[in-house]
Amino acid sequence: MKKISKIYTALIIFFMYMPIVTLIIFSFNNGKTTVWKGFTLKWYTDLFRDSQIISSLWNTLIIALLASFIATALGTMAAIGINNFKGKKRILIQNASNVEILSPDIVTGVALMLMFTMLGVAFHFKMGFLTVLLAHITFCTPYVVLNVLPRIRHMDYSVYEAALDLGCNQWQAFRKVVIHELMPGMFSGFLMSFTFSMDDFVITYFTRGASFQTLSIQIYTMTHQRISPKINALSALMFVVVLALMIVVNLKDRKSEKQQAQRV
Amino acid sequence: MTTKNDVIVSLKDIFVQFDGEVILNHIDLDIKDKEFLTILGPSGCGKTTTLRIIGGFLEPEQGTVTFEGKKINGLPPYKRNVNTVFQKYSLFPHLNVFDNIAFGMKIKKVPKDEIKRRVKEMLAIVDLKGYEKRSVSKLSGGQQQRVAIARALVCDPKVLLLDEPLGALDLKLRKNMQWELKQIQQKTNTAFVYVTHDQEEALTMSDTVVVMNNGVIEQIGTPTDVYNEPVNAFVADFIGDANIINGTMLDDCRVRILGEELECVDKGFGQNMPIDVVIRPEDIEVVKPEEAVLKGEVTEVVFKGVHYEITVMCKGCEWIIHSTEGAKVGDKIGMKIIPFNIQIMNKMFLAEKNTFYADVVSADKEANTITVHVEDSEFEIEGQYFEPETKLAITLPPSALSIAGDGVGHLDDVYIESVIFKGEHNEIILESDKQKWLMQSDVDEQVATYVPLKFDFTKAEFRVMEGENET
Repeated sequence: MKKISKIYTALIIFFMYMPIVTLIIFSFNNGKTTVWKGFTLKWYTDLFRDSQIISSLWNTLIIALLASFIATALGTMAAIGINNFKGKKRILIQNASNVEILSPDIVTGVALMLMFTMLGVAFHFKMGFLTVLLAHITFCTPYVVLNVLPRIRHMDYSVYEAALDLGCNQWQAFRKVVIHELMPGMFSGFLMSFTFSMDDFVITYFTRGASFQTLSIQIYTMTHQRISPKINALSALMFVVVLALMIVVNLKDRKSEKQQAQRV
Repeated sequence: MTTKNDVIVSLKDIFVQFDGEVILNHIDLDIKDKEFLTILGPSGCGKTTTLRIIGGFLEPEQGTVTFEGKKINGLPPYKRNVNTVFQKYSLFPHLNVFDNIAFGMKIKKVPKDEIKRRVKEMLAIVDLKGYEKRSVSKLSGGQQQRVAIARALVCDPKVLLLDEPLGALDLKLRKNMQWELKQIQQKTNTAFVYVTHDQEEALTMSDTVVVMNNGVIEQIGTPTDVYNEPVNAFVADFIGDANIINGTMLDDCRVRILGEELECVDKGFGQNMPIDVVIRPEDIEVVKPEEAVLKGEVTEVVFKGVHYEITVMCKGCEWIIHSTEGAKVGDKIGMKIIPFNIQIMNKMFLAEKNTFYADVVSADKEANTITVHVEDSEFEIEGQYFEPETKLAITLPPSALSIAGDGVGHLDDVYIESVIFKGEHNEIILESDKQKWLMQSDVDEQVATYVPLKFDFTKAEFRVMEGENET
């Protein structure tokens, strides 16, 4: 029985990671097809010489960082607000914020595009960096709310009262005490936002305007011409970065769980 | 300005309700400088609410809160010279012991050297020397408790509020902490307002005990006062063991219980007044039957270490006696009580029967039933016929009331205000939307809960009201 379960797990991992492993292997292939022609690092060096790809990478990172920072701030405030509502109102507002998560990206993308073009005509601006940033903040914020809300609910409210009791006004109490209690939720909300923002193609595609490029858009346009193994190299790098992030998060979670257990 | 008698905090006519439910019903309370005051009562009596009003976490709907003679209604907690020790300690988990205690002083921008000095002093007072760098999550319950007290006391408040701070600790630790709290209070010369439901805790630590029930203060006094001279059956029952019996005050210093006339020392209750009598178990002396007016038979003897607890049946009533000498089950004994130890109290519920008013909504002559409207409910009464739209006054003896075990009663959500064992059976006082009810029961009911109330109309008296006012 144990053997079967081990084989089963191995199979699942194999099927899950096979495509990525293939991609990583071929990023080192000295040839442009899927035939192995020897080991090389030239796609990696080419990648960093390609100014277009590098600028797209920067755009992606800046958008992801800004969007997740702003979304974390907005989402935390929203979660606190939602938590203060009572009964039906709370359920209504909470669900309203979840709609964004449930609705298909393509709908959100088209809707945002329509709105931005309409506003663009009225206020004379063109879609670009700012519209992409706004769009990313829009779809990231609900994830932060989703992560922070349970922390608020499980927070011992008297800790906040204790801060008031010891002389803090409401803002000081939030800054010096409450935010520390919410931090784990804010952190995972931030990470989720960051990865979703990095990952996004559809919404960016509709809101980027004519010239603004992010990595996912870049890769997509490159596939129109001829697939360059540079993309393999880039994807491999991105995978490794995300994997590293995941490991960091998991380690942090385990540490905080340990602390929680000790506290009880 | 300090007001007379060094009163620091004064509550006047405080009224609080949540969703139509009255939590505090016009209470008055004065807290004096440097005193240890305990608010004692069952859960749901409004004691924690009182504390939150003093702390500034809750605004009363009516009434004034004054601090050193100045009105402080609406003043937020951080502007009051009052600090709180919370039920769950509520330490800041991201800070160590030193930073937790220093928190309040840092907010007030106290110089660093002074902070260091005062934290050190405080740690010495709460007996946690050298714990500065420890993480609060690694401390035991008792240690966390002491950090919480230090954190509040280091701010040098005029009044320290403590909300059942020992509730989470085990018995032995609790006893130690009781003693330590009293020590700390005397060392720091601060007024303590301590909330608890543990009567023993209240009696051991306090200068003043405030007994609360159902949103009102029943009695304020020293521990000796509330123990020896309870004002009513609730206080007598809540504090210590007590024999509480229905009696009649015949005249000054003459009381009748269980058909026997006894001498007592209380005066001013009037003549032939129904009253409650309380006699503490340790105040009854076991003598030979012929030496006492009240005689009974021993039904149970339990050795409690310091004394024997003897249960005696006397004319259908159960009595408890604490005696250093044992007795045997079946012994016929006399119970001698000196007049000084017979405590007379006004009845909490004056009438001996329940009267309520009902409107006949519809009637069926053939089936001999009527449907009546009482408060917000409508129900059918069998075996009676009155014309529709008659106003009825219905009188029920306490024994005709019961709590519907199946959940279907004539009146729903009736609040149980008190349950007191009166020797023969429990006397229960209930409160519905419009009035209070007196019920007799052999079952123990849970105080401060809501139950469906059922009536037995075979024992009822009906009277038609003609042009009379309901009140």
